Amino acid sequence: MGAKDLVDEPELVQLLSPEGRRIDHPRYSLDIGPDALRGLYRDMVLTRRFDAEAVTLQRQGELGLWASLLGQEAAQIGSGRATRPDDYVFPCYREHGVAWTRGVDPLKLLGMFRGVNHGGWDPNENNFHLYTIVIGPPLLHAAGYAMGVLADGADTAVLSYFGDGASSQGDVAEAFTFASVHNAPVVFFCQNNQWAISTPTERQTRVPIHRRAAGWGFPGVRVDGNDVLACLAVTRDALERARSGQGPMLIEALTYRMGAHATSDDPTRYREDAERREWEAKDPILRLERHLTQEGHADDAFYAEVAEEGERLARRIREGVRAMPDPDSAAMFRHVYADGHELVEEEQKRFADYQASFEEGN
Amino acid sequence: MVSQEMTLAGALNASLRRALEDDPKVRISGEDVGRLGGVFRVTDGLQKDFGETRVSDSPLAESGIVGTAIGLALRGYRPVVEIQFDGFVFPAFNQIVTQLAKMHARSLGKVRLPVVVRIPYGGGIGAIEHHSESPEAYFMHTAGLKVVSPATAEDGYWMLRQAIQSDDPVIFFEPKRRYWDKAPVDTSVAPAPLHKARVVRPGTDATLVTYGPTVRVGLEAAAAAAEDGTSLEVVDLRSLSPLDFGTVRASVEKTGRLVVVHEAPVFVGPGAEIAARVQEQCFYHLEAPVLRVGGFHAPYPPSRLEDDYLPGLDRVLDSVDQVLAY
Repeated sequence: MGAKDLVDEPELVQLLSPEGRRIDHPRYSLDIGPDALRGLYRDMVLTRRFDAEAVTLQRQGELGLWASLLGQEAAQIGSGRATRPDDYVFPCYREHGVAWTRGVDPLKLLGMFRGVNHGGWDPNENNFHLYTIVIGPPLLHAAGYAMGVLADGADTAVLSYFGDGASSQGDVAEAFTFASVHNAPVVFFCQNNQWAISTPTERQTRVPIHRRAAGWGFPGVRVDGNDVLACLAVTRDALERARSGQGPMLIEALTYRMGAHATSDDPTRYREDAERREWEAKDPILRLERHLTQEGHADDAFYAEVAEEGERLARRIREGVRAMPDPDSAAMFRHVYADGHELVEEEQKRFADYQASFEEGN
Repeated sequence: MVSQEMTLAGALNASLRRALEDDPKVRISGEDVGRLGGVFRVTDGLQKDFGETRVSDSPLAESGIVGTAIGLALRGYRPVVEIQFDGFVFPAFNQIVTQLAKMHARSLGKVRLPVVVRIPYGGGIGAIEHHSESPEAYFMHTAGLKVVSPATAEDGYWMLRQAIQSDDPVIFFEPKRRYWDKAPVDTSVAPAPLHKARVVRPGTDATLVTYGPTVRVGLEAAAAAAEDGTSLEVVDLRSLSPLDFGTVRASVEKTGRLVVVHEAPVFVGPGAEIAARVQEQCFYHLEAPVLRVGGFHAPYPPSRLEDDYLPGLDRVLDSVDQVLAY
């Protein structure tokens, strides 16, 4: 018996059907023109192309690992495009599409997967925090950051990403508590992609994740995570709500991890291909493409142009990764402390002397 | 010179008050730190004078206390958080070790986390389980953290001020059984840099290296030994990471004999690192093996047994006799 059998299936906010038809919603209306629709399409296609290139680069040995976002483009582009530049975003480690919407160069995301650093971008440049591999902690950072926003009297909102697996982490519960009692301007965005490596959502929760918000006294809403318009509208509404002093909110975006957990994973060991095919029919890019075509907002020339832009992006990523230099061995001693530390300096010097002893022998 | 008698708890309170006055970005949070003033009253009166936003009672969730402090620091604040007792720090261990300690390096220096985690630690107050532990070695072992412990009221005042001004995260261990010890505190000028050890009693026959709650034990041992004609030098480490090994080395090179004293279990405790470094760097000066006196490889015992567990005067003097026998 799964979660679905225990409670009535709640309303799923959907503004675009898998067939590409617009759906009206009494609360989440979205006034969006053809340019913006084409922009969302382009975002998703380029993100998917970039992601596919990263998988290829891992297979070629250029990356040690890659966590693919395949299938989650709408959840990430829709929610990411709802943010303002002064908002602050806390990702986990699969939010490549969100990074794209924040203006982070995709090439910078690859450094940690290549093994040249643990985080290669300045989080303050785009208000997009570093990827965090331990999945519970960033939600508390988001809650704390939002408490700081509140103390500053600013109208910035904070957007914090997590997944169905992370929902079981104690830090997530604590983050809900701190955000709630402080009425902090933070939106928790759960991409429920059905699988935490090999563990299905049914092993994480007996109730739909968005319903947990009720226990903390803030609203939770479930949205079609493969519907970019619904993700945009719901997140925009939640961020505005946070900005206007109405406190936190939880969004659960129902989506599907089409690929492996990471390139080292083999999903054929634990899930049926039929399930994957079922979700393929709900593909986030395909449905927006259908809508654009049906409405006459895009033609073959547009699609070809976006595809070509994707190839150019992939080429730049490919060349950029191959040209990415290995760090020098002194890098591991750098930035351990902001104000220095006697032991780090001593060990760095000793190791440099050790290395130099070989050079002298040549 | 502005010198006045203060308890260690009072000096820490004065230090926090001064930090709140000096820097509007300083924020205090923790369990019961507001209205109650903390279970040890270290934050007494601060919420009344600085308001509930700056001195905030936290939900009862240690990981949340440290995790939200990290978020506040990312927003430009300087949080000072209180973990109510040593044994309660472990729910926050993940945030401290995987996030607080590593975010500066992860960001290649772009992010600074000036967070102070205050932890009352150590035994000797007749408490129940989890209220008397000395977990400092876990934090010393973690790169990215600085770890300090004052032994006196004056060090309490100044070291806390320096820790709050530090751009690195500092784990600030407060020897809880010394909270009520009174001593003069000069608030006009800092006595020493934060990470410098101090020779608190000069001597010639053997060195006692210690810190925090057992500095007083070391001084009492030195006084007792002096009556028998033995001159002990007592070094208060003050900072555990970084460790001011230069001061330890200078003392051991002079005396040739070393006993390390702390409440933490000796197995892989702070004394193990000191002993290893002394044999590496002072080999030809040593007249005797380095001995350690501290807690046993057993859970901190029920309080009726804590006098046996803690390194008291007799156990310290027994080890001094052993190193002098060589």
